[in-house]
Amino acid sequence: MSDYILETKKLSKEFKGFTAVSAVNLKIQRGHIHALIGPNGAGKTTVFNLLTKFLIPTAGTIHFNGTDITGEKPADIALRGVIRSFQISAVFPNLTPRENVRLALQRKLGVSYHFWKSDSILKQLDGRAMELLEDVGLAEYAEEITGELAYGRKRALEIATTLALDPELMLLDEPTQGMGVEDVDKITALVKKVSANRTILMVEHNLKVVATLADRITVLQRGAILAEGPYAEVSQDPQVLEAYMGSAHD
Amino acid sequence: MNKKIWIALILLGLLAPFVVYPVFMMKLLCFALFASAFNLLLGYTGLLSFGHAAFFGGASYITGHLVKNSGLTPELGVLGGTLFAGLLGYLVGSLAIRRQGIYFAMVTLALAQIVYFVALKAPFTGGEDGLQGIPRGDLFGFIDLNQVYSVGGNPVALNLYYFVFVLFCLGFWIIHRTIHSPFGQVLKAIRENEPRAVSLGYKVERFKLMAFVLSAALSGMAGSMKSLVFQLASLTDVSWHTSGEVVLMTLLGGVGTVLGPLVGAFTVVTLQSELSSVGSWITVIIGVTFVICVLLFRRGVVGELGRLLKKSL
Ligand SMILES: Nc1ncnc2c1ncn2[C@@H]1O[C@H](COP(=O)(O)OP(=O)(O)O)[C@@H](O)[C@H]1O
Ligand SMILES: [Mg+2]
Repeated sequence: MSDYILETKKLSKEFKGFTAVSAVNLKIQRGHIHALIGPNGAGKTTVFNLLTKFLIPTAGTIHFNGTDITGEKPADIALRGVIRSFQISAVFPNLTPRENVRLALQRKLGVSYHFWKSDSILKQLDGRAMELLEDVGLAEYAEEITGELAYGRKRALEIATTLALDPELMLLDEPTQGMGVEDVDKITALVKKVSANRTILMVEHNLKVVATLADRITVLQRGAILAEGPYAEVSQDPQVLEAYMGSAHD
Repeated sequence: MNKKIWIALILLGLLAPFVVYPVFMMKLLCFALFASAFNLLLGYTGLLSFGHAAFFGGASYITGHLVKNSGLTPELGVLGGTLFAGLLGYLVGSLAIRRQGIYFAMVTLALAQIVYFVALKAPFTGGEDGLQGIPRGDLFGFIDLNQVYSVGGNPVALNLYYFVFVLFCLGFWIIHRTIHSPFGQVLKAIRENEPRAVSLGYKVERFKLMAFVLSAALSGMAGSMKSLVFQLASLTDVSWHTSGEVVLMTLLGGVGTVLGPLVGAFTVVTLQSELSSVGSWITVIIGVTFVICVLLFRRGVVGELGRLLKKSL
């Protein structure tokens, strides 16, 4: 198997003549935390939507573990082990955090179409669900109504749910967006912790987080790649400094 | 939900024909099952169908035809009607679930209108008159459903009543089980956040289609029961009024609650029978009741009650 878990070639997306993503060649090395950064509207979320097939590319190909997945459906991509989070927190608001996580665990049980069985057979998953909630510091909120949790906790729950599927490649879209400093530190530590044995591609605005976590960075601007490399290198690139970092740094 | 509530409801159902006018009670059971089946789709999957009369009415024609013209026993007639509705649900569902929101509702409405048209023109449906004089027949070939017993001096078809009651309990139990199954858990996830359910690897279209078929089949069962009770399958059963009525019952009682559709069906059926003397004003009265209820209890009667008691009813 190649060193690259994910590879895109000339990936492009047009919305009615407007090019949101333009000929992006992205290579994600296995085991890395790879950050995708760039100003608002650069096309980062659109790239995520293309990779998970929530949007259909106008052109280009996507290879995962050497297999062409360009033509697959979103659920198939998930079944391959590519699990995404969403920029706007994606939880099931009227269920409890325990049930949220359990929904991810449930798939492996192979009973999800069994409408004639009692849901008490899902109880066997509660132990694992609680472990995952524990990992993200939500154990004591396991039985609350998810919709009523604080924003930072919803994001943490989202990560726990994503982790429940033990994804080979995890896509995180701005996991620290809108959080206070304390929560940002917690999420940073959490991402670091869960990055063992898997690859993470994350969109992140907070450069401190990027500097702490990322092995490699891709800078996107107006849909195209502006620079790529390790943080130390990219952060010195004059083009990048001008386009993005210059204003964002202090 | 509380076991005591269930036992009380079952006792109530068993004793009802000795207290309440039995035909009214049977009509209520038919519509309560219909509304519960509809609620499985709207309340627990988040899909608003505006064509459920096609399943209710379609099955009532099929059952009527099977027992009247093919001489089948009533339980086979009901089974035939239910299967037919499930199959029709598969066809309608396959075409509709690709659409979202109001477009989904419009596709179901349009397809239901086709069923209405077929019911109007097909040779065996009796056109404007409907299918009349449907025999109730002998259950399993030996229990006469027409047999009446004297209850307080009034003749009551108890065999028929208990047959209808058992079918209702069966249908209601299937719905209850579905809601509280691993499958039901995924349905709730789809209702709550469809993209997230997809990103967890669930093929949501299959789940929606399965829920649609279940809901259609059970709506059909309700229609089949109705055709035996009233010995009539008519255009009203397949018309869009009936599709609208079931939406109304469900919203009135409380969408996404187990008991809501029962309360909604009870309210609407009672209003209809109590107010049958006022003629076409009934539509206005039910409409006004609906508006008041929606303004007062936004989650429906049972939904608001559940919120007060902090319980899921
Ligand atoms: N579904 C869509 N239809 C039309 N334009 C879109 C759509 N999604 C995104 N865009 C446009 O594509 C550009 C990139 O958006 P996005 O990927 O969300 O940026 P980022 O996540 O980098 O902030 C924006 O100009 C946005 O308006
Ligand atoms: Mg974005």
